[in-house]
Amino acid sequence: MRSSDLYTRKFHVSEFLAEKLIAATAFLSFAVIILIFVFVFREALPIFSSSEPATHDEAVQEEVETYGEEALGEASQLRAAEEKERRAGSIEHVEGNASLRNLLSTDWQPVSGEPKFGLLPLIVGSLKVSLIAILLAAPLAILAALYTSTFAPKRVKEILKPAIEILAGFPSVVIGFFALIVLATFVQDLFGTMYRLNAFVGGVALSLAVIPIVYTIAEDAIAAVPKSMTEASLALGATSWQTALFVTLPAATPGIFAAVLLGVGRAFGETMIVLMATGNAALMTFNVTDPVRTMSATIGAEMAEVVFGDTHYNVLFLIGSILFIFTFTLNAVAEFYIRRRLLRKFRGG
Amino acid sequence: MRPIIHFLTLSIVAAATMVAQEVITVKGSDTMVLLAQRWAEVYMSKHQDVTIQVTGGGSGTGISALINGTTDICNSSRPMKTSEKQKLKQRFNSLGVEIKAAKDGLSVYVNEANPVKELTIEQVRKIYLGEITNWKQVGGDEARIILYSRENNSGTYVYFKDNILEGKDYAPNTQSLPGTAAVVNAVSKDKNGIGYGGAAYGRGIRELALKADESSMAYPPTAENVRSGAYPMTRFLYMYVRTRPTGSAKAYIDWILSDEGQSVVQSIGYFPLR
Repeated sequence: MRSSDLYTRKFHVSEFLAEKLIAATAFLSFAVIILIFVFVFREALPIFSSSEPATHDEAVQEEVETYGEEALGEASQLRAAEEKERRAGSIEHVEGNASLRNLLSTDWQPVSGEPKFGLLPLIVGSLKVSLIAILLAAPLAILAALYTSTFAPKRVKEILKPAIEILAGFPSVVIGFFALIVLATFVQDLFGTMYRLNAFVGGVALSLAVIPIVYTIAEDAIAAVPKSMTEASLALGATSWQTALFVTLPAATPGIFAAVLLGVGRAFGETMIVLMATGNAALMTFNVTDPVRTMSATIGAEMAEVVFGDTHYNVLFLIGSILFIFTFTLNAVAEFYIRRRLLRKFRGG
Repeated sequence: MRPIIHFLTLSIVAAATMVAQEVITVKGSDTMVLLAQRWAEVYMSKHQDVTIQVTGGGSGTGISALINGTTDICNSSRPMKTSEKQKLKQRFNSLGVEIKAAKDGLSVYVNEANPVKELTIEQVRKIYLGEITNWKQVGGDEARIILYSRENNSGTYVYFKDNILEGKDYAPNTQSLPGTAAVVNAVSKDKNGIGYGGAAYGRGIRELALKADESSMAYPPTAENVRSGAYPMTRFLYMYVRTRPTGSAKAYIDWILSDEGQSVVQSIGYFPLR
């Protein structure tokens, strides 16, 4: 079996190393994901461990030292005195308590005398915008995929396919800006909506980001349908439309489902577009022409300035965890359930 | 051998002078970042021995950096919160030192097609609390008022909430947008919109004149009215340090508060302290 002992051993060592190196890289990326997971959850955890609102040290109530007040002009001194008075009278910022009741309320007012961390409007907002985006994007993307992989002449396909895929690399800020400036005005003129920025505008803009993802994966799925199936259908006298709709599309269904689910995941996690185009008002309504505030936009907008370690900070991480779990579940379902179960079904298993 | 020794001595001297370069780090408010950069530029051109590094990131980010000890001076467009002071006290046993560095006038904008020219502070409050919902109630057309605000991470949001809304919550249908430019843009495109923020000279919007109360005069947010305090919506821009400033930091802060430093304020579009 072995012609040269030395040669084989040497070969084995390098192969062994290469193999382990690749395995290590794979495990490293896996470990990084786990670590992110752990970090996000750890930061959200204090909400559940301490429910009593923080009490402030008496010492903190004492005057803050000032410097250079004497340099103020007369008018400024007057204003400073007024402001000090107002500040003393105003409700001090308190660390809110994130009880379950507070988290399940319908008000999102995190910077307040009595902070309200109602997550429901944010969850409804995310679902609403994602639903609009996927309802617009999925049919378009699937039909486009069907066209390019079955009907389009080779030259058309060579232009169309990369063009749609380039959309995937489009910076979401640019799409958001386009929605904010152009699309919002267009939609308002068209439908006469009361709010210029609303869930619908955000959903339409978001669908631009979702289309290339759904398209790419759906196209792969359709292209993977065995030639023998389509050829058999054509040979039996079916037209190419009949073949595409009743043979190719059903055979590719598992892959298309996976594509749609990944599209939903993308829509759910997208931040910049919704931050710019949806108006960001935490309203608990199901009307698509009302402004909405999504979970991802909330994190994007508020994280930079939150007091570190504050309840608000922890709640933002809780939202992050919810987003994480949601997209993780979607991807897992797309990967395991649909690929395996439906593949077996369609392969006649 | 000689030249090498000479060279070594020279390089040691050079290194020593480089070390002697004092570095002051300034971090915080995005509202103030342009102003802080200009201050640093002008000051450094006159004091070659001091290097001032300015970064933005937001008032909260700057205060966190002050608490973590990663910045010497923090810029903030809002006063420090109690919880932040408490954290600073835990770390450095100091409540921090507050320096009022400049003044800023906030404006309320409406679309230029809106016939409303002036409002009282009371009316602005009721509009943002959702108690006044139609422009007709404040002398305008029959139309729903569409509210635009900054995001709640902004010092401007906090100022407006504490001082105009008396600490109450904004109406839930208030749309929040990232940055003054986005608010100005939204109001310029929405003829029933109202927004607030720093002075802006965008097309399509008008800055309203404000009245402190029903009986007082309405003042537009001009430089003169902000400086004199007649315009009712002005705020301070702050700098915070951990302890009473000494050495080069003191020299820098004193310079900012001097007439020379304050003249820079005006060139950026904010208002001097006196």
